[in-house]
Order: sequence, then structure tokens, then C-alpha cells
Amino acid sequence: MALATLAVVVPILLVLVTIFVRGYQAINWEFLTAMPRDGMKAGGIFPAIVGTIILIFATGLAAIPVGVGGAIYLSEYARDNWATRTIRLAMINLAGIPSVVYGLFGLGMFVLFLRFGTSIVSGALTLAIMTLPIIISTSEEALRAVPVEFRTVSASVGGTRWQGIRYVVLPQALPGIITGVILGLLRAAGETAPILFTVAAFYLPRLPRSPFDQTMALPYHLYVISTQVPGMPPQIQYGTAFVLLLIVLTFSLTATLIRSFFRRRRQW
Amino acid sequence: MDKITVERLSFFYGAKRALTDVSIGIPERQITALIGPSGCGKSTFLRCLNRMNDTIRGARVEGRVLLDGQDIYAADADVVALRSRVGMVFQRPNPFPQTIFDNIAFGPRVLGLASNGSLADTVERSLRDVHLWDEVKDNLKQDALSLSLGQQQRLCIARVIAVKPEVILMDEPCSALDPIATLKVEDLMRELSQNYTIVIVTHNMQQAARASDMTAMMMLTDDKKSGTIIEVGPARRIFTRPSDPRTEGYVTGRYG
Repeated sequence: MALATLAVVVPILLVLVTIFVRGYQAINWEFLTAMPRDGMKAGGIFPAIVGTIILIFATGLAAIPVGVGGAIYLSEYARDNWATRTIRLAMINLAGIPSVVYGLFGLGMFVLFLRFGTSIVSGALTLAIMTLPIIISTSEEALRAVPVEFRTVSASVGGTRWQGIRYVVLPQALPGIITGVILGLLRAAGETAPILFTVAAFYLPRLPRSPFDQTMALPYHLYVISTQVPGMPPQIQYGTAFVLLLIVLTFSLTATLIRSFFRRRRQW
Repeated sequence: MDKITVERLSFFYGAKRALTDVSIGIPERQITALIGPSGCGKSTFLRCLNRMNDTIRGARVEGRVLLDGQDIYAADADVVALRSRVGMVFQRPNPFPQTIFDNIAFGPRVLGLASNGSLADTVERSLRDVHLWDEVKDNLKQDALSLSLGQQQRLCIARVIAVKPEVILMDEPCSALDPIATLKVEDLMRELSQNYTIVIVTHNMQQAARASDMTAMMMLTDDKKSGTIIEVGPARRIFTRPSDPRTEGYVTGRYG
């Protein structure tokens, strides 16, 4: 048991420590806020940082309403019939699909068929589809954890079903939903394959100007400077990995804090 | 004058029959107690009176339940409006995990009954009606779950009367409470019955004898498969001179 734990924890720690130690040295003000120069071998990664953050929020914009709405439907309204069973089955399978398949789907659906081009819109929609199963299943779980009697009580004083959900069930389930949303978006933030064909720019030393513009993004940038550019200084590679990890860790820390803040208030 | 008239009501969970031919008149502004052994359908019957059973899949009703002469199971009946007229208090105190104020304000808010100014008045009046006001008036922003169980149950009653229902259904409201809290709720029911029609399910014979005006005895039918009302009358008569030997056996504690 202890050995198994070590076998899992030690490699992760080694990776984290290496990246932190080596990446930390590359971090300075210019690295964080400047455009890349000299074929990305000098300068900063500012557009990639901004691009990743924009993608996270754009993905949330698309995925949260659909995901939370779907979870409410499944947990509060849907009856157990073949249609809902199919939806659930599809969700489980979607969660297991390799991310590059999402990327190809995004290319076919959003970039080419819907003519959004290689753009933030295409990339965010692709990432949104990839995160939906996570958001729906964690949100549904959070909604189901709210005791049935709260819904009953709401009905017993004359509330409609939606009012019971809106004023009692949702507020109770919110911490769980927020956690699920952030976890889903985190996965989106770190993925390379789905944005590869749909939004990511190889080298674009400026900020995106519209939702239909391309943007650089950290995971893809990291892939590019690690494999596609000969003679790349290693500290830039480690620095980029460090920043990506930092963004992901900040989000997940926020999720943990939100959850523990609400959990202290919950008492049933 | 009967507030509710039940005519040959039968209730089914899917294929299983739970109630058979229940008929009773529930008098206005009085307390009607439903007594009887466990599993004879008292709670099921109570929940038929504000259609709380509708949420159960496969639930089906035959017969009629008239509230002020209108059939609540008629095709055009408005279930949500019905429940604002026929409120319900449950076995276990179940305040929302919100403040005391928000708990009471919930009903008026969802029904759109009160602007913000009058909402505070509604909350105060409801809490006064259940004698909770003096205990909580300085802590209205406190979490309702920090109250004692007895206080929580009175809070739940206040939450129901905040929407000014005409009928209050109580499903063993005291079974989770200690004797002192129980007596407080009984006194409260007595006062509330001046303005509201109350129907209470209870396992406690003393409670039914003490607190009810009318008492209805429920039993399983002879085939033991579903429940029905076998005798109704003024509480005093049911507990002293029951006409059905099964009622006598039950109220004197010989079985049940």
C-alpha cells in the first residue's frame, strides 16, 4: 500500500519539482508580459498566457449554461426512459474519447462546416464539448445530493417545481457545481490536441482582436517550442510549463477553497 | 360546515391498492385527527388532500376530494394553487438551511404575495402566531438549523401559515419532539384551529384525545391489502364510546 502510494506520488513530485526549480529561473517580468521574439527563442509568452485565459473563459461561457442546464434536466425533470439512458451512455462514452478526436471533430464541425475558421469561437466550442461530460456528471451528482424533502417542502407551500429548484436546490448544490465546472475547465486549459486544429496559432506575436481571431495558447506553445523549434533555450520551455502549471493550480486551489467555504456552512 | 369532503377515495401505487373507498367530511376550523395502526395508509390519505402523492410515479386516484365543493382532482385543477391553500407540516422538522427570516419568507416570495416592506410584517406575524417571535426576534439572520427541534417544527408551521393557507395538514408533527415541545405544538394547534382547518396524523392516542375535535379511525380492510376509514366521530365519543369493536380495541391499547 505504502509502496503503491510512493510509486504514484514520487514521479509526480519529481516532475513538479523539476519544472518548478528549472522553470522558476526563467520567470521574469519580460517573460510574462512581452511578445515572443527571434522565432520564439527570446522575449516572452504574453500572448500565450492571455490566449489560454481567454480560452478558459470562452469555454466556460459555452459549457456552463448547457452543462448545468443539462444536469438540472437530468436530475430534476427527466424520467428514467430510453432517451435519458441514451444521454447518460453518450456522456460516459464522451468522457472516454481521446482529446485529439475532439480536435478533429471541432475542425470538421466548427472550423470547416460552420465556417468559424481557425478561431477562438471554434476552439472554445470544441473545448466546451470536451468538458460537458465532466460538468454535467458532477453537477448532477451535486443536485442529487440535496435531500428530496427540500423539494417536497417547497411544493407544499405552493412553490412550482422550478421555484423549488431555483431557490432551494440550486443554492444548496452550488458548491458542488462550481467545483465540477472548474475541474472541467481545468482539463480544457491544459489540453493541446483539441485546440491544435481549431484555434491555436503557431506564432502570433500579438493579442487576438476578435472572437474569430486565432490566438496562441500555453499548451500548444509548449508543444511547439519543445518539438518544432530547433535550438530552443530550455529555460523558456521550463518557464512555459511552469506558467501553465501555475494557472492550473491557481484554478484548482480556487475550486478547493470555494468548496470548503460552502461546506462549512452546510449542515444537513 | 365541511371544508373538505372526501367521497369514496381509492389510491393506487401502480397496481398496488393503498386506500379503498375512504369517505369523510372534514369540518372547517376544527382539528381532525387520523389514528390507526402503522401501515394503514394514514399518511398516504393525508397526502391525497393536497396532491403531494402526484410526484410518485404510477400514483392513481379514484373518487373525489372536494375543497369548498371543488374537486381538487378535476382535470382543470391547479395543483400549485391547491398547495398554497392546503399547506403541509412534515414528520421531521425540515427547515431550509437558510436564515430564519428566509425560511418564513420563502412561501410569500415564491407566491409573489409580499413586497419587501410587508414581507417583514408577514414574517413577524407568522412567528408571533407560533410563539417563536420572542425567542428569535433578535436572530432572524441566524441559520434556522441552529434552533432546537421543537423550535424548528414551530418554524416549519410558521413557514406554512405565512402563505395564509386555509387548511394545514400535519403528518405526525410531534413524533421527533420531546414531551414539552410536543405540548407546545398541541397548544399551538388548538389556537390555530380558530383560523385554520387542521388535519393531523398521529400515533399518539393521548394526543388525538387531547388535541382533536374529530377523530377518524383508519384500519386495513379485511383482506389486509389497503386502508380505509372505519369510524369517524367527535373525539370524545371515539375515545369513550366507540361503536366499532376494532376502534375500541385500538384506542384502549389492546392491539395496533
